[in-house]
Amino acid sequence: MKVLVAIKRVVDYNVKVRPRADAADVDLNNVKMSINPFCEIAVEEAVRLKEQGLANEIIVVSIGPQQAQEQLRTALALGADRALLVVTEDVLEPLAIAKCLKVLCDREQPDLVLMGKQSIDGDNNQTGQMLAALTGYPQGTFASKLELAGDNKAKVTREIDGGLQTLALTLPAIVTADLRLNEPRYASLPNIMKAKKKPLDTSTPEELGVSISPRVKLLKVELPAQRAAGIKVADVDELMDKLKNEAKVIR
Amino acid sequence: MSILIVAEHDNQDLRPSTLNSISAAQAIGGDIVVLVAGSDCADVADKLSKVPGIKKVLLADNPVYSHHLAENVAPLVAEIAEGFSHVLAPASTTGKNLMPRVAALLDMQAISDISEVISPDTFKRPVYAGNVIATVQSSDEVKVLTVRSTAFEAVVAEGGSATIEQISSVHNQDNCTFIGQELAVSERPELTSARVVVAGGRGMGSSEGFAMLEKLVDKLGAAMGASRAAVDAGFVPNDMQVGQTGKIVAPELYIAVGISGAIQHLAGMKDSKVIVAINKDPEAPIFQVADYGLVGDLFELIPAIEAQL
Ligand SMILES: Cc1cc2nc3c(=O)[nH]c(=O)nc-3n(C[C@H](O)[C@H](O)[C@H](O)COP(=O)(O)OP(=O)(O)OC[C@H]3O[C@@H](n4cnc5c(N)ncnc54)[C@H](O)[C@@H]3O)c2cc1C
Ligand SMILES: Nc1ncnc2c1ncn2[C@@H]1O[C@H](COP(=O)(O)O)[C@@H](O)[C@H]1O
Repeated sequence: MKVLVAIKRVVDYNVKVRPRADAADVDLNNVKMSINPFCEIAVEEAVRLKEQGLANEIIVVSIGPQQAQEQLRTALALGADRALLVVTEDVLEPLAIAKCLKVLCDREQPDLVLMGKQSIDGDNNQTGQMLAALTGYPQGTFASKLELAGDNKAKVTREIDGGLQTLALTLPAIVTADLRLNEPRYASLPNIMKAKKKPLDTSTPEELGVSISPRVKLLKVELPAQRAAGIKVADVDELMDKLKNEAKVIR
Repeated sequence: MSILIVAEHDNQDLRPSTLNSISAAQAIGGDIVVLVAGSDCADVADKLSKVPGIKKVLLADNPVYSHHLAENVAPLVAEIAEGFSHVLAPASTTGKNLMPRVAALLDMQAISDISEVISPDTFKRPVYAGNVIATVQSSDEVKVLTVRSTAFEAVVAEGGSATIEQISSVHNQDNCTFIGQELAVSERPELTSARVVVAGGRGMGSSEGFAMLEKLVDKLGAAMGASRAAVDAGFVPNDMQVGQTGKIVAPELYIAVGISGAIQHLAGMKDSKVIVAINKDPEAPIFQVADYGLVGDLFELIPAIEAQL
């Protein structure tokens, strides 16, 4: 079974981004970049499938700047077999990303596409569902458990607002990872060395025949409304007094 | 302009979030049509027909839509969307699962989680876990949007009399089947619309810790929430997670107990009206957003608070 994993290079989740002085976008100068945490979980899941003998090839794909090679190398060090980078300096929208991935799915014919449920920069939560629409594959979004049933089906448990839902998807299918799907490992030094020799091919959206002209324009970014500074109360009595008589939120 | 809203419901009851999406649609302006896709869901359509301001309710009542699988509902919505300027749904797990699939079928770029309508093509939405708010403008013919419920007041649900129109088209993909679900049953108010939320974090230590918190929750008539760490540790189920990747809440009162206040948690609750933080670490970042901070051991403080209610 062939697994394709889509990973995105994003601002590290520990970084607190701020608007640029011109408010045209956030300031990404000299900030730490990493694999999107949800994509890391997707890579880990693919590697586990390979370790269980259920998958035999893992291809990692990223669409982004040349520097996204770093994140692809990390995925190779975690256990992916080869990498594809679709190079673009533009920030692509989920639909354009999904169109690039669709072309790659047509070429590579994966049985399973693993993705993150959400990128932590744009917080879109769209690309997997869009790729599913474009390919006609079924989608198991927000997955907290994935079982390959063997009869060309994937059983996916999804985290939904009310609890958990289980679906059976006929392969090929798209599965997007939620936080509790697994706990990703760290890459070991020998594996990082080995990853340097694994194949990494590049192409461009133009070569894939995908139009990337944006549909949504970013007009500005700003900080959210700041909360007025609060106070520390000395004890439970003072807290209850404040809640009853000042904030008037309990009776 | 004409706006199609995909109603959220469980085939019997309308989810309140639909009423918040209607409010967002009113801010955009134009005729509002609501689609109810489900199975044996005529009651939901009836309820919606009484919501003032709706022009028409479309009812697609068929067993293939019973579990709202995106594989079947997305082509239905895409088919109906013809001629509409906007398609909206609540930014719940159902809406997020469905709407991007609809958008791609229409070759439109969706916009997730709008928190403000500036004009019919311009919206605000939080990005980077709510660290910044982006203003975005869509040039697409059909704007496909999910709506952050806490950012829009719910419309009143009584007084209208919209017509109900049956939709007979059936989309049935056989590559996805529903196997089952485990839904939380609770007597408590729903987390995303509760007036008071009491949330516990890793500091609760165990599910027994949460059992202690439950007493406070019930005395306050509150809903219970949790941090990711508490859910990951298995103290409470996933549907209680509040945050960037969990639920977004904005109650009148949010009490965070044993929660450090990571940015991903704040993303889900910092629009609450009054925030109380209880934590033994005076430096915990949660105190930066708290109106009232109480430093100390939660295992002593929680019973003491409860005793005063
Ligand atoms: C991609 C991504 C998405 C995420 N999404 C979410 C999300 O949606 N929601 C979310 O919550 N998190 C999310 N997180 C995780 C987040 O970064 C934090 O790890 C998490 O919120 C921490 O939970 P916590 O505050 O309960 O635990 P901790 O950070 O461990 O804090 C526990 C707190 O309890 C206090 N404490 C301990 N014992 C006591 C006691 N006896 N009395 C009083 N206080 C005590 C401690 O002082 C401490 O401040 C996400 C992380 C990533 C990377
Ligand atoms: N530029 C990209 N390159 C590769 N995969 C991506 C890219 N953008 C998004 N994805 C995938 O789509 C998922 C959801 O992203 P989003 O729709 O932006 O929230 C991510 O977790 C990735 O798996």
